Amino acid sequence: MDFGTFLVQCLNSVQYGLLLFLVASGLTLIFGIMGVINLAHGSFYMIGAYMAFALAPLFGDQFLLMLGAGVVLAAVFGYLLEWAFFSYLYQRDHLQQVLMTYGLILVFEELRSILVGNDVHGVKVPAWLDGSFALGNVMSYPWYRLFASAACIVLAAGLYWVVNRTRLGMMIRAGASNRDMVRGLGIDVKRLYRIVFAAGVALAALAGMIAAPMSSVYPNMGASVLIICFVLVVIGGIGSITGALLASLLVGFVDTFGKVFFADLAGIGIYLLMAIVLIWKPEGLMGRRP
Amino acid sequence: MTIRTARLALTAIAFAALASAASAQGTGKLKVGLMLPYSGTYTALGVAIENGFKLYVEEHGGKLAGREIEYFKVDDESDPAKATDNVNKLIKRDNVDVIVGTVHSGVAMAMAKAAKESGTVLIVPNAGADAVTGPMCAPNIFRSSFSNWQPAFAMGEVAAKQQGKKKAMTITWKYAAGDESVNGFKEGFEKNGGKVEKQLTLPFPNVEFQALLTEIAAAKPDAVYAFFAGGGAVKFVKDYQAAGLNKTIPLYGPGFLTDGTLDAQGEAAQGMLTTLHYADGLNTARDNAFRVGYAKAFKLQPDVYAVQGYDAAQMLGVGLAATKGDIGKKAEFTAAIEKAKIDSPRGTFTMSKSHNPVQDIYLRKVEGKENKLVSTAIKGLADPARGCRM
Repeated sequence: MDFGTFLVQCLNSVQYGLLLFLVASGLTLIFGIMGVINLAHGSFYMIGAYMAFALAPLFGDQFLLMLGAGVVLAAVFGYLLEWAFFSYLYQRDHLQQVLMTYGLILVFEELRSILVGNDVHGVKVPAWLDGSFALGNVMSYPWYRLFASAACIVLAAGLYWVVNRTRLGMMIRAGASNRDMVRGLGIDVKRLYRIVFAAGVALAALAGMIAAPMSSVYPNMGASVLIICFVLVVIGGIGSITGALLASLLVGFVDTFGKVFFADLAGIGIYLLMAIVLIWKPEGLMGRRP
Repeated sequence: MTIRTARLALTAIAFAALASAASAQGTGKLKVGLMLPYSGTYTALGVAIENGFKLYVEEHGGKLAGREIEYFKVDDESDPAKATDNVNKLIKRDNVDVIVGTVHSGVAMAMAKAAKESGTVLIVPNAGADAVTGPMCAPNIFRSSFSNWQPAFAMGEVAAKQQGKKKAMTITWKYAAGDESVNGFKEGFEKNGGKVEKQLTLPFPNVEFQALLTEIAAAKPDAVYAFFAGGGAVKFVKDYQAAGLNKTIPLYGPGFLTDGTLDAQGEAAQGMLTTLHYADGLNTARDNAFRVGYAKAFKLQPDVYAVQGYDAAQMLGVGLAATKGDIGKKAEFTAAIEKAKIDSPRGTFTMSKSHNPVQDIYLRKVEGKENKLVSTAIKGLADPARGCRM
């Protein structure tokens, strides 16, 4: 592999990792901070992708506007979902959480099958992002993938700022460590959780919308991303946004270079990585010791 | 409705069900077990196969060789882990005379094993696993579709001979069907003077292709042969275009790369060459009649899966005709199908010794939303059936 190819592969790794981070960050909020094992998180990603499929023809080239509209829709959906189902789950044990959220997967998949069927759909890349640019003499790199990476970086920075630097973030973090104490301070924890949950759903849906033009829209796309997301959250350290970002980039590199150099092992690459990290740091890269 | 009347009604329904089941036993209907995907990604394929099968039966007044057909349906869920249980529902519980199924190769392998052990006739209307008519072959197992090797070998020959390509790369998911397909291509390509320089794989059903596309761009082969289906096929073809590779390195594949996926692939697939045992615009009297009949009956356009289902019914009909409807006469039944010329919409085909179609493989080109016939890539191609002892 010459140097040019190596650079492009690094770019591929970062781009893939960032997209994973966008899905996993929502899971980190819901699973890591609020303590709900949310198997339906992959479904939110799928719902986002199908939303892009439905909204794209309405918005045409107003892609950013479409993303905005989609995020608002997803957040409202998440808010209602928390009110209807998840608000009952925080005090339950993990088995009940798994059962309920697995049930939701089945419901969402069935609804999808009724509403849009089981066909594969494509989503057009907006005209202003179509095409690709030459990278050295190796290959042309699609503009859209560069846009996706940039969007993910902006979001990651924004999320980091909200969680670590704002009053809302402080309340979220405090609520995660001691719910009763935060309530005692006069903060409406119920509403706080509802907002965080809605944000988690919106992030996953946004990732789905951004991924749709790159990856086409198909049944079961949520299931495949779900496992990787849990792996990411575990590697990164449960509840840590920074950890999730680190883990995403690490997985992006391991997966990309694994595919190229060790094709036969590529399927287990990320699990090997997880095993190694957990042996070395059982609480994850950025996790706090319990 | 009070509880009393409800209970009464339920009892009545239960008895009615029993009664109809009892009467089904006595009439000498031929029991056909359809084990197909009725949920999940392959639903549309399962439905097309069932439609095709029923269309042929309906064209003959709901009978084959004078025997009425009774259907038993099982959703195979495209899950190999449930395959043995599911197929035993048909064999042991419903006692069917013949099983038709399925799409997923892994499930079909389990079905072939069960059919081999029980002696129940099995007709495979899609799954292309080479092994079904290879090491797993048996007198009571037939296939109305293809082996993975067939279209792949033909594409290899076309790429080397007609297109004059010298160096090629292959890319697929690391699983049985993918391996069989790219190896078939390699065989056809290298037999005709080409060289497959590198074989790329990624885990099934991973669709993050960007890294491997970078490898292809760096290696600059003359051609790429890809085996993907469904969502993976759509994404691969679109990614291939987005990376700008389709301008410099032609992409070839078996028909599954562009069949049923053209809507989603759009621009990216235009002009692609693929090989398969069926094509749009065959324009033969037989195919036209079939297409009109299918469109009338189901308000849908038929596809290769419908053809395979239709031919499964034809093959069953041929066997039954020779035994006057008695599927118990195994030797005569098998011999009749082995000798038959099946008048398929895809063109006439016969059976190889291992019970796989010996058929023409067509070269097709994507034009708009159709896989248009270009030419016949290989006439009467038989699967080598490696490992079949029968």
